[in-house]
Amino acid sequence: MIAQIISVIGQTALVLLFSPLITAFSRTIKARLQTRRGPGLFQPYRDLHKLLRKGMVIPETASWIFTATPYVLFATTLLAGLLIPTIATQAPLSLFGGVLAVVYLLALGRFFLALGGLDTGSSFGGLGSSREMTISAIAEPALMLAVFTVALGAGSTNLSSVAQAAVGQSWRFLSPSQMLAFAALFIVLIAETGRIPVDNPATHLELTMIHEAMILEYSGPCLALIEWSASMKQMVLMTLLVNVFFPYGLSADGSPLGMLISVALFVFKLLILALAVVLVETGNAKLRLFRVPELLAVAFVLSALALISTFLFGVHGG
Amino acid sequence: MWPTRELYTSGLLVFAIGALGGVACHWWARTTSWTLRLFCGSALSGAVLVGGAGLGGLLNASELSWSLPSGIPYLNCVVRIDPLSSFFLLTLSLLAASVAVYSFGYLRHDTAAKSPALSCSLLNLLLAGLTLVFAAADVVFFLIAWEVMVAAAYFLVVTKHEAEESRKGGLLYILMSRSGTGMLFIGFLLLASAAGTTDFRAMHAIGGKLPAAAGGVAFVLLFLGFGVKAGIIPLHIWLPAAHPVAPSNISALMSGILIKTGIYGMARVFFDFYGVLPAWAGMLVLLVGVISAVLGVLYALMEHDLKRLLAYHSIENIGIILMGFGAALLFRSYGHPNLAALALIAGLFHTLNHGLFKCLLFLGAGSVLHSTHTRNMEEMGGLIRRMPATAVYFLIGAIAISGLPPLNGFVSEWLTYQALLAGFGATAELTRVAFPVAGALLALTAALAAACFVKAFGITFLALPRSQAAQAAREVSLSMRGGMAMLALACLVLGLGASWFLPVFDPVTQQAFGINATRNLATGNGFILTAGSPQGGSVSTPVLALMLVALSVIPLILWLLWGRKQKRSIGPTWDCGLPGLTADNEYTATAFSKPLRMIFGALFRPRREIQAEFEVSPYYPKAIHFESEIQPAFEKHFYDPLRDRILRMARSMRPVQAGSVHAYLAYIFLTLILLLLFGVRG
Repeated sequence: MIAQIISVIGQTALVLLFSPLITAFSRTIKARLQTRRGPGLFQPYRDLHKLLRKGMVIPETASWIFTATPYVLFATTLLAGLLIPTIATQAPLSLFGGVLAVVYLLALGRFFLALGGLDTGSSFGGLGSSREMTISAIAEPALMLAVFTVALGAGSTNLSSVAQAAVGQSWRFLSPSQMLAFAALFIVLIAETGRIPVDNPATHLELTMIHEAMILEYSGPCLALIEWSASMKQMVLMTLLVNVFFPYGLSADGSPLGMLISVALFVFKLLILALAVVLVETGNAKLRLFRVPELLAVAFVLSALALISTFLFGVHGG
Repeated sequence: MWPTRELYTSGLLVFAIGALGGVACHWWARTTSWTLRLFCGSALSGAVLVGGAGLGGLLNASELSWSLPSGIPYLNCVVRIDPLSSFFLLTLSLLAASVAVYSFGYLRHDTAAKSPALSCSLLNLLLAGLTLVFAAADVVFFLIAWEVMVAAAYFLVVTKHEAEESRKGGLLYILMSRSGTGMLFIGFLLLASAAGTTDFRAMHAIGGKLPAAAGGVAFVLLFLGFGVKAGIIPLHIWLPAAHPVAPSNISALMSGILIKTGIYGMARVFFDFYGVLPAWAGMLVLLVGVISAVLGVLYALMEHDLKRLLAYHSIENIGIILMGFGAALLFRSYGHPNLAALALIAGLFHTLNHGLFKCLLFLGAGSVLHSTHTRNMEEMGGLIRRMPATAVYFLIGAIAISGLPPLNGFVSEWLTYQALLAGFGATAELTRVAFPVAGALLALTAALAAACFVKAFGITFLALPRSQAAQAAREVSLSMRGGMAMLALACLVLGLGASWFLPVFDPVTQQAFGINATRNLATGNGFILTAGSPQGGSVSTPVLALMLVALSVIPLILWLLWGRKQKRSIGPTWDCGLPGLTADNEYTATAFSKPLRMIFGALFRPRREIQAEFEVSPYYPKAIHFESEIQPAFEKHFYDPLRDRILRMARSMRPVQAGSVHAYLAYIFLTLILLLLFGVRG
């Protein structure tokens, strides 16, 4: 029981404190690739600190939904982070919800965020909400089908069981179904975290914004919570990808040394994945909004192929 | 001994008294608040009594049957309360009770209802019909009860018969219902002829005793016949026509429980009248479920009539229920009773949950309609400040129907996912692939539903009012809020307490498959819901809810540390420097669904027409007229040609029906002789 509580607190701290670093890392690498220096690895922390201490302006048209949204978003995203295995195969709250709970908790946060966008009464909020809900809706089947394909291999939707099933099998990720599912989930990751070519996190040009348009009216601590949640969501989805497909280094015993190695490997894997996302982001232009469905259709086809190869070659590939 | 039989009979009697009393009151007395209280009270107490009977049926876990006096030879009014009936009676009771509470306030202030007493009477009659449908255990009696229910609902749909829309909706409803009944009739006759009797008990597992072809035909006919009532695509067209025009308390009952009679009928046929069905039957049901779910929600997204939107969502949810049923049928075909039980529980639990949140949403929409006198979302907005309680209830319903944790919709969709996922390992050949794909399409459905309810709630309740009517909206009366509160509470309780509620289904699965499945579905003192084993997947809505509350402490601490001293100010929304933000700047419902309309353009075939008037330059229009519509595919490509063909046929039949009594007498005589010949030979 005490170990459980410690692991919950530990993972909460990990998700809370580490997630802005991934954002910072992505931004720095992106800046370097564009031959800029970038603001440094601690900028997101400084941003959060500053925003939390500022006053805020609430639009006069807004209702309690607007103010409640950041809290709901923050709590749901953080809770999703507690359901996935990060450094040990056993996620702290794994028993209380598997991958379906993760996806649906993120959906709950998004539901409120989109309402928050509509609550301001400006066109931008509605525009952002509409696009966000559309893109997430058409990303959903690809996401779920890929997740199901992995879950079928493990015989479970419980993420700790999925990771456990994967731990023993080296080279498993080379099986066609795993590779296809990974590719599909990678596209979904880009769409869900709002990166180029789907959305541009750095843009403030009104007509191309998606995520930024929804949160245009947020300021001060509320904005801090939303930005923080966005970082956490990115970390949650990335962790899902790396630990489901490359579960190397997940510690099963919990010895201090093993833990340390696990942490190092975990950070390493996440940074590699972040690097891949940044490379995609730098190498591509943003797609027109109505080209995005085609990209997500590709993701769906990939996950369908992953499923079919599972069907043809059995759940463990080859 | 629980007095199930007495409770049931007295509930039925109370409904009957309410129905007759309402008519009497309509003719001979003035409708006052007291008479309304009396008749809504009769609906409420009848609902409670019937609920008691349902509870008794589930607790005793055995069937109880007796005959009502019919007074007509050969008509055996056999009433049988078995676990399946009991479950549906319980669902009926929950919904009817809250609708009865709501109706009191609704009918008292509803200016459009010419005779509240008559409406009450029909409400009681509808409830009586439903109570009979769920327990009638004889083919003829069942069909009579079925028709009573259809007729009562028809009269309620055309309450506002001055409006053409109402008459058309009602006509479409009755036409579709009758063709459905026709199919049921043939299907039941095929089964009953094999059983040699019309009693349901003798028809248990009778489907297997028919020749394969006849059994298949009967199955398809019964599936389609009940499917008309349930609103499966492509037999759904009456639903979005009839539900919106009915008074809102009736729409709530129609979507909540009336269409579930179709689900009840299917459950009865699939799991009682048929033994192990061939795999194609399960595939058919699964396929129809997937199509109904995806198309239902897509059409819902295109609606900006709040009640039509909800009606399309009923189609979607019926699809989700049928996914569970289809999976259950397939599992039984492949010999996995445990999985079949899981899938059946998922379907039935979603039936109850959909009843609760859809009823809640329709009552919410009714309250909005009541206050703003419009169903058009484009004229609403800002209602959360004017109707705060209704907004909260509607929001709870919206979260529940979107399948988001920790409410009840999430739990039943989670169970459906688990059942579908289990299908890959448990079945063979290409059937295996169908399951995860169905799961992915369920995910698409749920995500689109969330998008749709962001739109429905956001456009209706948030930001600035878009019309005078919305500006002047007022919160509804206490009894209307009470009815909604009951349902919202039920959504919350069933979401958080799902694993303690699920054992209710044990008698049902015992009856259908001979096993108690829910023992494996809960662990950790019932706090954790599992899909058979914790390793296979588990979820715990109470813990998730608790953790959400606990984690909200973190922002609170941050706020205490830093944010406390900072001031919050209220300011105008950014309007790009234009003077003053008005409701015209807001995103509309049509705009909100525009991306999806374009993405699924091949299905919708959207058409729009823009007329701009200008004087000097086209960049400065004086007035813009915008019209946009989507093509209703099924109506255009299937129903319109069908209607034309039927009309043409009817015209060619006209000489036969010339209006001459003599000719008619001759027809009757000829028919009689033919029947006699047929009888003598047979």
